[in-house]
Amino acid sequence: MDQHAFRIELPGPLRSYTNQASRVTVALPEPNPTLGAALSALDHAHPGIRFRIIDEQNRLRPHIQIFVNAGIERNLEAQLPTAAQIMIVAALSGG
Amino acid sequence: MTEASSTGAPDERTRANSVRLLIATRKGLWTLESDAARQAWTLSGPQFLGHIVHHAMVDPRTGGAMLAAARTGHLGPTIFRSNDLGATWQEATHPPAFEPGSGRTVDHAFWLAPGHASQPGVWYAGTSPQGLFRSEDDGATWTGVAGFNAHPQRKAWCGGDQDGTPDGPKLHSILIDPRDARHMYIGMSSGGVFESMDAGSDWRPLNQGVRADFLPEPTPEFGHDPHCVRLASGNPDRLYQQNHCGIYRLDRPATQWQDIGVGMPQTVGAIGFPLVTHFHDPETLWVFPMDGSDVWPRVSPGGEPAVYRSRDGGTTWQPQREGLPQAQAWWTVKRQAMTVDRFPTAGVYFGTTSGEVWGSRDEGGTWKCLSAHLPHIYAVEAA
Repeated sequence: MDQHAFRIELPGPLRSYTNQASRVTVALPEPNPTLGAALSALDHAHPGIRFRIIDEQNRLRPHIQIFVNAGIERNLEAQLPTAAQIMIVAALSGG
Repeated sequence: MTEASSTGAPDERTRANSVRLLIATRKGLWTLESDAARQAWTLSGPQFLGHIVHHAMVDPRTGGAMLAAARTGHLGPTIFRSNDLGATWQEATHPPAFEPGSGRTVDHAFWLAPGHASQPGVWYAGTSPQGLFRSEDDGATWTGVAGFNAHPQRKAWCGGDQDGTPDGPKLHSILIDPRDARHMYIGMSSGGVFESMDAGSDWRPLNQGVRADFLPEPTPEFGHDPHCVRLASGNPDRLYQQNHCGIYRLDRPATQWQDIGVGMPQTVGAIGFPLVTHFHDPETLWVFPMDGSDVWPRVSPGGEPAVYRSRDGGTTWQPQREGLPQAQAWWTVKRQAMTVDRFPTAGVYFGTTSGEVWGSRDEGGTWKCLSAHLPHIYAVEAA
């Protein structure tokens, strides 16, 4: 089955989950998965990371922002463009 | 909490020869250590630099496992665990979290408590907003105590998740009867003291006699603001409570709390956050009064910090301020930021929100600053 790669950039607070890597790539079977599916794949590769940015009600936590191809996206059900680049940002608040 | 025995009395295993203070702060975790003399202290840390550590403690049942409840300014809550006294840490694989679909979100784990001595590996966590969670594997995974979290009366007891203290409402003071693992108490900053006889499956309020001056009905069944509740070591039928509206004592099987804050000087008052008890004497306890008047400054009354000790279960109180600043010291000591060690002559310790740790090796008779430049202190635990 073809795998589709999505690059995810990570802020400093999350790099303890990725051996300090600031950028990781996840592979999914669909070309346009949801943002939530990409983050679940991230959690599969780096266990525990998802709950630090998404709460138990499946909502993005308040001081975390996600950009998809440079546009803000907070809807985990949003479909990703093919080969979208995802950036997780720790907001200026919440320090 | 004392080691378990059929009567709840301390035993030989509690003999101490050193003391370690775990200092949980807004910017990480520090440790102060000393030997039995408790004269010279060594500060080490930080661990989890930049993390908001709400509470950290060593398992008193084994002296082995350590847990730390933490979050960061950006990231959600988690619990870290260590099996080598903090040399290395692992993160919980399933931290405390409310049920999907409940609409509730854990902001942070606030209060950690070991389970009964007969249940090694069992821990409890109280959260903000108010929830109760249990682990059976030394903090690796956590599940909600449905008997509280899903209790049909919970919302009536607690109010909304945004009600309560400036940092959010908290479930705290998780107490396990050393004689019976199924017998528990909890405190809630918005709700009061509650008791369970069946390991948390059901709960009932236990607030008779405690004032709630801020409510239209000043002596309601629930809705109170206990700040800290403790079991008297060696006498698990006695509870002490530092409440926003005074200091109280309860001797079971009675259900009516007695006001023991009336013995405090009127110029000082009976409001405070922490309350700690002597490990070997159920009649001795300490509080740290704060100014709860007007807009609730929550600092030492008049800028003159003092610990108050009672030797008779709260009937009379003695100020203890030798060695403390005598003026212009506007301290706040949070409810978890005071602790007592296990020596027969108790060491008493507290940490301030201005980052100072103070200690006494003579049961509060004299005080010395042990560390002066830490961040805002949330909790101090002696191990």
